[in-house]
Amino acid sequence: MTTITNNKEESLIVREQDVVPLRNRVKEYGVKIGMSILNQTKLITATSELVRNLLKYGGGGKVIIESVSKGRENGVRVTFIDKGPGIADIELAMKDGYSTGKSLGLGLPGTKRLVNEFDIKSELGNGTTVTITKWKNG
Amino acid sequence: MQNNLLGVLKEHENKLLAIWSQILLESGSGDGAMEEEESKEFASLFLNALAKSDDNDTHEFEKVQDLIVGISSSRGKRGFSPRENAQYLISFKEACSKILSELITDPATLYDANLKLNAILDDMTIMTFEAFMRGREDIISRQVDEISEISTPVITVWEGIVALPIIGTLDSSRTQVVMESLLQQIVDTGSSIAILDISGVPAVDSLVAQHLIKTVSATRLMGAECIISGIRPEIAQTVVHLGIDLSGITTKASLASALQTAFDMLQLAVVKRKKIVE
Repeated sequence: MTTITNNKEESLIVREQDVVPLRNRVKEYGVKIGMSILNQTKLITATSELVRNLLKYGGGGKVIIESVSKGRENGVRVTFIDKGPGIADIELAMKDGYSTGKSLGLGLPGTKRLVNEFDIKSELGNGTTVTITKWKNG
Repeated sequence: MQNNLLGVLKEHENKLLAIWSQILLESGSGDGAMEEEESKEFASLFLNALAKSDDNDTHEFEKVQDLIVGISSSRGKRGFSPRENAQYLISFKEACSKILSELITDPATLYDANLKLNAILDDMTIMTFEAFMRGREDIISRQVDEISEISTPVITVWEGIVALPIIGTLDSSRTQVVMESLLQQIVDTGSSIAILDISGVPAVDSLVAQHLIKTVSATRLMGAECIISGIRPEIAQTVVHLGIDLSGITTKASLASALQTAFDMLQLAVVKRKKIVE
């Protein structure tokens, strides 16, 4: 079944101050499709993780928020695009507890557990794109 | 040309003021007596500066620029929009042009005069914008200071127990402030238990969790015990899915149960007073 985009918006993230407004926007998208509080919290936590990565490792970038539907299921898809140095070893980056910074190393693997669909593409020197989708009843 | 432009305007100061206030009134960006005073001062200072200056000397205009910066920030505080603020000077330019075109008949001279007038006044209009922005930025930075000050109130809930409700997002700079004021308060009050209430934190991601863990470790180093309270069901599930290990920390669902735990630790008991039966 194909996924249809109903609504879409883009925002630029360059500073730490942009994180909270973005999270609120994502939450609004979740509320609009009637997502439960639990799934909303999962979605905004995942967004928060990824947007922090975007700022810390990618040096800022673009975030696209979409309201999507597939058959009867509605959801929110968020795409994070940066033009940073890229990730050398994605498999390693997806491992619990691995971090090149001084963080807990749970951002990427933890995010994957919080959402329904998780896709990461990275090219050394060309940046990283992460797409997550959270379904309303997922 | 110089004498033409300046001498002429100076002689018609009153007429200029009349036209100016007329235009301001029509555009709806005037506000009466206070403005009249300002306008009079500005016009006379400006025209004097014009009369004294020559092409290479911008020194005379510094005073005028100071004045217009003062006027526009005071107008900003009085609630004028930036548009109205700029309109103020643009109307002045309009009035000047009107008088010039009445007095100067030679098109080439008139053009030169207008060009010079434009250059000077446009520059000042830009300045009013900058002054307006600065005024706003001052307000914002003052508010930021105030928010960060009021956002970390450390409350002594009992002898030996301090509580700190955290509201909003915990980022690195916030955590620093929170940690500092909490540790300081522990020293000042000689408390042995600190309760960190995160009911007002919308989401706990790995960074926030890391900050919490750090705060708890620092509190323990000071010899105090730290309890984290206000963990909502959805936060608990999210933290588990993220894979954050908070098992080394005493956590409670509500501030009340955290307080109860703190009482237990201090071997205190809250008992209902018995009714005295006569």
